[in-house]
Amino acid sequence: MILGLAKRWSVASYTLALLIVMPLVALILQSFLPDEAVFGHLMATVLPTYISNTLLLIFWVVIGALIFAIPAAWLVAKCRFPGRNIFQWALLLPLAMPAYVVAYVYTDLFDYAGPVQRTLRSLFSWQTPHDYYFPQVRSLGGAAIMLALVLFPYIYLLARTAFMEQSTSLGHAARVMGCSPWKSFWRLSLPMARPALAVGATLVAMETAADFATVSYFAVPTLTTAVYDTWFEYGSLTAAAKLSTIMLFVVFAMVGFERFARRKQQLFQKQSAPGELDYFCLNGAKAFAATGYCFILLALAFMLPFAILLQYAWGYFAESWNAKFFEYSFNSLWISLVVSLVCVCIGIVLMFVRRVSPHKADMLPSRLASTGYALPGTVLAIGILVPFTQLDFAINDLAYYFGLQEPGLILTGSSFILICAFCIRFAAIAIGSIENSYKRISPSLDMASVTLGLTPKSLLARVHIPLLRKGIFAGLLLVFIECMKELPAALLLRPIGFENLATYVFQFVSDEQLEHGALAAIVIVLVGLVPLIYLNHSLEQEK
Amino acid sequence: MATLQVSNVHSSYQKHVVLKGLDLTVEKGEIVALLGPSGCGKTTLLRAIAGLQSISAGEIKINGKAVVSDNEFVASEKRGIGMIFQDYALFPHLTVAENVLFGVKLADKASKAARLENMLALVKLDGLGERYPHELSGGQQQRVSIARALAYEPEVLLLDEPFSNIDAKVRREMMLEIRNILKSHNISAVFVTHSKDEAFVFADKLALFNQGQIVQCGDAERLYLRPEDKYVADFLGASNYLEATVIADKRVSTLIGDIESDQQLKATVGSEVELLLRPQQLQIARSESGVGEVIERRFLGSVCQYLVSIGSKTLDIHSEYLDIKIGEKVAITTTLHGLVLL
Repeated sequence: MILGLAKRWSVASYTLALLIVMPLVALILQSFLPDEAVFGHLMATVLPTYISNTLLLIFWVVIGALIFAIPAAWLVAKCRFPGRNIFQWALLLPLAMPAYVVAYVYTDLFDYAGPVQRTLRSLFSWQTPHDYYFPQVRSLGGAAIMLALVLFPYIYLLARTAFMEQSTSLGHAARVMGCSPWKSFWRLSLPMARPALAVGATLVAMETAADFATVSYFAVPTLTTAVYDTWFEYGSLTAAAKLSTIMLFVVFAMVGFERFARRKQQLFQKQSAPGELDYFCLNGAKAFAATGYCFILLALAFMLPFAILLQYAWGYFAESWNAKFFEYSFNSLWISLVVSLVCVCIGIVLMFVRRVSPHKADMLPSRLASTGYALPGTVLAIGILVPFTQLDFAINDLAYYFGLQEPGLILTGSSFILICAFCIRFAAIAIGSIENSYKRISPSLDMASVTLGLTPKSLLARVHIPLLRKGIFAGLLLVFIECMKELPAALLLRPIGFENLATYVFQFVSDEQLEHGALAAIVIVLVGLVPLIYLNHSLEQEK
Repeated sequence: MATLQVSNVHSSYQKHVVLKGLDLTVEKGEIVALLGPSGCGKTTLLRAIAGLQSISAGEIKINGKAVVSDNEFVASEKRGIGMIFQDYALFPHLTVAENVLFGVKLADKASKAARLENMLALVKLDGLGERYPHELSGGQQQRVSIARALAYEPEVLLLDEPFSNIDAKVRREMMLEIRNILKSHNISAVFVTHSKDEAFVFADKLALFNQGQIVQCGDAERLYLRPEDKYVADFLGASNYLEATVIADKRVSTLIGDIESDQQLKATVGSEVELLLRPQQLQIARSESGVGEVIERRFLGSVCQYLVSIGSKTLDIHSEYLDIKIGEKVAITTTLHGLVLL
C-alpha cells in the first residue's frame, strides 16, 4: 500500500475499466430501445425455440462432459494402470480442437454418404434410408456430443486436481469403517469434489452458450446463431441487442452459480491437507478396462479427428499451401500479437493500482475489466458495434460540419474494432494471470522498496515487473492463443475482405470442404496445444 | 533533539480503533522495543512511522521535522527510513550486492563498491555479494536485509519482529550481534516484538502496549521491578499478589508475616493494598511451624519452582534446589527490596 499514491494511477485504471465495460453498458441501453418489427416477429415465431434449444444444449453438454470426465479424472487421480502417465496430460488435448472441426469430421464419417453408413448398407444390403434407423448426426443431440467431447477436459482437469487433493487418511478412515473403493467413491470422493465439478460444469456451460460454429454448422438454431442472423440478415442492431441481453441473463446466472460453488470450495480445501498419496493398483481386466476407457475417449475426442485432419491436409496440400494461407496466418498472428500485448499492459496497470492503492474504490476496476470474458463472442460483438457505429457517425458528421472529406467507417470498417473486441474479451485472462503472480510477491517487498526511496513508477519497473515476468508471459501466451481461436466475434466484426485462420477454416466447414482448410485447422490446433503443455507443466511444478 | 517523536497518534482501520493517543520519544542512538501481545497496535505504529499506514490524528517528527501531522504528509520514499521485515523482504530477482545497493543513490561506481564492501563486512557476509537470496540461510538473509537498510543511511531503523523466523538456538547470538552493529554506528531504532525476552536482550528501552496504548515506557529493570500496574507486572514475568496493610512508612503486614521495604512506600499508613512479589523475591525454609505447605515442586535446572499454599492462596516461588518434599510445612520469607504496591 502506498499512501498518497498520485491520483493519475486511479484515473488510469478507471478509464481502462470503463472502456472495457462500455460495450456491455451500450448493449443493455440499446436493448431498451423499441424494435417491434423484428424483435416482435422473433418473439412471436422462433424465439421460444431458440431459448429452449440453448438451454437443452447446455444441459446435455454438461451431462455429457460430466459422464466423460469424472471416470477419467478419478482413474487418473486414484489408480495406477498402463498408460496412466500419458493419459494424465493427453486427456487435456481435446481442448485444443475447435468443436466445429470435430463436428465436421464426424458428420463426414456418420452421414448417409459417410463410410460408416456405407459399410453398414453394404453389409446388410440395405438400399434406402427407410430400410434402417441411424441417428442423425446433425441434430441437437449430435451437437451436444461434439461439444461435450471437446469441452470435457475442463471438468477433467478440475476434478482430477480435486481428487488428488483429497486426503488419503479420509479414504483410509472410510475403508476401515467398511467402505469398498466403489462405495467410498460415491460417499466420499464425489461429494468432496462437488465444488470443483460445479466450477468445471459452469465453464463448460459458458463455452456451450458461446458456441456459434458447431450449432450453425448443424443448423440447430440457438440464441447465439439468432444474434448473428438478426444482425446479418435483418440488420437490426436493437433486436440483436435484445437477444444478446437474454443471453447475458443466462451467462450471468451461470457465473453466479459458479461463485456460489467456489465459496464452498475454499471450505473444502481447508479441511483436506494433502497427505501421502495412496493408489489403487489395477491389473488384469480392471486395468484393461481403465486403459480402454481413457484410450477410447482420447481417440474419439482428439486422435481420430486430428488424424483425419492430417489426412485431408496431406491430400490437399498443394491446394492449401498458397498465398491465402500465408496471408490469413499473418493476419491471425499480428492481431493476436497486438491484442496480447495490449491485454498484458492493461493487466499490469490494473493489478498494480489494485495492489498499491490505499483506496478501497481502486479494487473495482480490475473486477469490472474481467467481465468481458463472460460475454460470448457474438454478444460482445453486438455490444461493441453499438458505440462504435455511433462514433463513426459522429466522426463523419464532424468532418462534414467542418467541410472536410468524410472518412467513412474508420472504426467499424477496419480491423481496429476487431482488436478492441478481442482486447475486451481477453483482458480478463491477462488480469487473472498477473493477479496470480502478484499473490506470490510478499507485500513486505513493496514496503521495503518504498522505504528505500522508490517512487511508485520505479517500484513497478524495478521490482514488480521483474518478479511478475512468469505471469506476464503466461498471460501473453494465453491471450495470444485465445485470439487465434476466437471465431464468432471475428465473423461479426471483420472488415469486408478480411480473413484470419479461424474465419478461413469456418468458411470451408460451412462450404462442406474442410479438406481445403485442413492445413489452417492444424495450425489452430497446434497453436492451441502450446498453452496445454504450459498449463500441465506448471501444474506438475506446483506439486 | 530526539530522533523520533510520536505525539498523540490515533489510528483506525475499518472503523476499528487501533491506536488511541500514543506518545513515544526515541533519542539518538537509542533502541526502543514496542512490546505487546499480537493485535495491540505495535506494528500499526511502526508502519505509521514508515508512512505505510495512515493516522487519523497526531504528529510524527523525524529529527524535528514533521513527517505526518494534520496538514502534512511526507511519502515513505522521502522519509529516510530503514525497515527490517519478519520475512526479510529481500528482492528474489536481485543478488545480495544488488539488494544491498538497492536504495543507494551514490553516483560513482567506486564509492558504491566501497559502500557494498563496508556493509558486507559489517554483517560478516564478505564475498557473498554475487549470491541470490535463496542461496542463503535465514540468518544470512536477515543480515543482508540489515546491510540493505544500513547502506541507505536511514535516520531511523524500524524492525518488525525481525527475529521470529530465526532458529531459537542462534537467535540470541544474532540479536547481540545486530545490537552491537547498531550501537557501534549510533543508530536509532524501533523494534517490534511480542517476546519480552527478545526485548530484554535487544532494547535499551521498552514501551509496553495494551490495546492501542502505551501503558508504561522505560528501561527494562524499571518495568520489571517497579511496574505501574498488574498488566505490566504480569506481561514481564510471573508474579504473586498478596493482600497487605501498610503499618509503617516502610512496612506492610501480610498473611506470611510483616515485610520490610528498603524504600519509602507510596501508600499511606493504614491503607489496604496489593503487594507484588516476584517468585525469586520469595524464599522458603523447612519449618514444622511454617504457614505454608508445598503442593507442587518442579525442577527447572538453574532454579526449582515450588507452589506453596497458604490457606486458599497459592504462591509461585523460585528458589535454589532444596530437598523439600510435597506436603511438607515451610516458612516463607522475602528478600529485602523496594516493595511494589498496586
